[in-house]
Amino acid sequence: MSQAIERARTYLKPLKKLPTVWCGGCGLGVVLSSLTRVMAEMGLDKNKTATISGIGCTGRLPTYIDTNTLHTTHGRALGFATGVKLANPELTVITAMGDGDSVAIGGNHFIHACRRNIDITAIIVNNCIYGMTGGQYSPTTPHGKRGTTAPYGNVEYEFDIVSLAAGAGATFVARTTVYHVRELDKLLERAIRHRGFSVVEVVSNCYTSYGRLNKFSGPVDMFKWMKESAVTVKQAGEMSPEELEGKFIRGIHVEKDQPEFIDVYDKLAQDLTKGPSTVNQKLRATIEGYEQLGDKLKAGIG
Amino acid sequence: MARRLTLTGNDAAAEAMRQIDPDVVTCFPITPQTELMHKFAEFVADGDVKAEMVLVESEHSAMSAAVGAASAGARVMTATSANGLALMWEIVYIAASNRLPIVMPVVNRALSGPINIHCDHSDTMGCRDTGWIQLYSENAQEVYDNVLQGILIAENPEVLLPVMVTFDGFIISHTVEVLDALDDKDARDWVGDYKSTYSLLNTDEPATFGPLDLQDYYFEHKRQQIEGMNNATGVIKSVGEAYGKLSGRAYGMTENYMTDDADYVVVALGSTCGTAKVVVDEMRAEGKRVGLLKIRSFRPFPHAEILAGLASAKAVGVLDRSVSFGAPGGPVHKEILAALSGTGDATVVNYLYGLGGRDISLDHIRTVFEELETLAGKTIPADEVRFIGLRG
Ligand SMILES: Cc1ncc(C[n+]2csc(CCOP(=O)(O)OP(=O)(O)O)c2C)c(N)n1
Ligand code: SF4
Ligand SMILES: [Mg+2]
Repeated sequence: MSQAIERARTYLKPLKKLPTVWCGGCGLGVVLSSLTRVMAEMGLDKNKTATISGIGCTGRLPTYIDTNTLHTTHGRALGFATGVKLANPELTVITAMGDGDSVAIGGNHFIHACRRNIDITAIIVNNCIYGMTGGQYSPTTPHGKRGTTAPYGNVEYEFDIVSLAAGAGATFVARTTVYHVRELDKLLERAIRHRGFSVVEVVSNCYTSYGRLNKFSGPVDMFKWMKESAVTVKQAGEMSPEELEGKFIRGIHVEKDQPEFIDVYDKLAQDLTKGPSTVNQKLRATIEGYEQLGDKLKAGIG
Repeated sequence: MARRLTLTGNDAAAEAMRQIDPDVVTCFPITPQTELMHKFAEFVADGDVKAEMVLVESEHSAMSAAVGAASAGARVMTATSANGLALMWEIVYIAASNRLPIVMPVVNRALSGPINIHCDHSDTMGCRDTGWIQLYSENAQEVYDNVLQGILIAENPEVLLPVMVTFDGFIISHTVEVLDALDDKDARDWVGDYKSTYSLLNTDEPATFGPLDLQDYYFEHKRQQIEGMNNATGVIKSVGEAYGKLSGRAYGMTENYMTDDADYVVVALGSTCGTAKVVVDEMRAEGKRVGLLKIRSFRPFPHAEILAGLASAKAVGVLDRSVSFGAPGGPVHKEILAALSGTGDATVVNYLYGLGGRDISLDHIRTVFEELETLAGKTIPADEVRFIGLRG
């Protein structure tokens, strides 16, 4: 056990970055420890891993992780990540985004990354609020719940991130909470191993902004709420709609094999060049492929 | 009857917005502007205003919704900072081009990257050619006053351009100050009701906003916009005078503080002017002829006031809080040089300071004045920049 902790710790940046900026009791610490644990267990090569975020409390996550990291602008993590992955397909690319980062200001990038099925793992820490800017309601704040901009309850209806990702075409979609830590470890590993676009929604607690406004007595009370409200896919299958009222479903929602974007791209390049292509030669091959395609087109037009 | 209030800069802007009670306010949170929209959201939630508040999912949408509402004939306001303004940029330009009198407080913050949340002027200076009027504020009192005046300036039929009221992030936005506010009735009477000339909601006179405009008329429309901006100079002055009669606080394009006989003048914008005034007072007491030229309206640019304010100066120190990369000096410096060209032989020195919130102190400004004394009469290359408070 302690060895596992030691191993996970090697994936944290040197201690001067710690302690984190996060509030006491915030679920983001759980996500950080889970992710570093999984990276260690999988033995991810730090130099071949890129952890990328936008802006927000969740966006601070890569600050603490000792891989290649890129801290970008609010909502754009997936845009940057797509560029990183395309330029160097060998990298394992992981993004960490808040609910606002991923489905509010960055919503468009999100659905298109899902649709494209590019091999990126998107961890979405859903605390149902804009945590960093002080608790404004977000697209995942449940209808009727309070935010600083909805002091009498949210009049809008929330996104279901799992349905959104599934509908947009993501090939791995899972959800769990910061209470269900072992499941979180398992799902993160599975998502990183999955070849294609994977989404893990991690329901988290922002007591500072969301909890206090919504009558939770403290961070622990919010963990209790997660424990009681999250039911497994299997349990949900046996529950009536009435029983499912106020619950949300954790576990794997989508897991399917579908050719991944870069693989398809690579194959096209191979077909056009009639030559072998490895990941290392990919860029060269692609460029040559396009040059030849250009020649063919010219010949065709001429 | 004035009311004496104790407010932060953000609250002062929100208080003016409460009194204006625009038809529509669109918003998205960003530090350090967030408290402003929070305050206004509270006014809406408590029924203190009738405004429709639209909380959108990004600043691009905030400005888009503002443009939509203004095209429909509404009086519209929004607010932002830094990256929020950068993300809006496409629509910021459209708001001015479509002649929509939107008023927007912008709480100055350094643009990413690297990410920083503190004050500099890179955000609004980056927007100086978007066609918006820009009023810079020295303190919370001016934030309040400028927002109220902004409405009349923007909606003036000879102007019809959007107005940014800018103020320094944290330094003004988060600092509590005592200020005088109009009572509600006076404020309401001051802004009056807005009646747009054209409105999408007026079905008797259908109008089209922003259609394709190519080689045929685009150029003429830009010319009209240039004229609107030129007209703004007179309107800003007359509104500033009228506001003076109402409140006891008159405003012009600049504030020329002890410049009449000054040998050495510092030019600055925003909260730094408050610091500079203290230094000017101290040095005047020591018998030094120093002064401050505070630019209130950067767009339109106050040529006449600058010439008047710098008439006696032997040396001028221009303080820029943003960079115009690759250009000869910062944005303020370049324009001061242009204004002064051919007018005499004052030495103009450019100082870059305060990027990313780096503090500027009384001592720093005193050092500038002392340096100006030694530089008077010398020729300084236009692209020579001196740094204030920079390590190494
Ligand atoms: C273009 C732009 N607009 C607004 C902001 C301000 N901002 C920073 S974080 C944030 C919301 C964060 O919410 P979320 O993504 O859910 O992350 P959390 O803090 O809850 O983890 C906002 C609006 C910004 N940084 N950039
Ligand atoms: S504000 Fe909320 S999300 Fe951010 S660190 Fe604090 S508890 Fe966590
Ligand atoms: Mg959030």
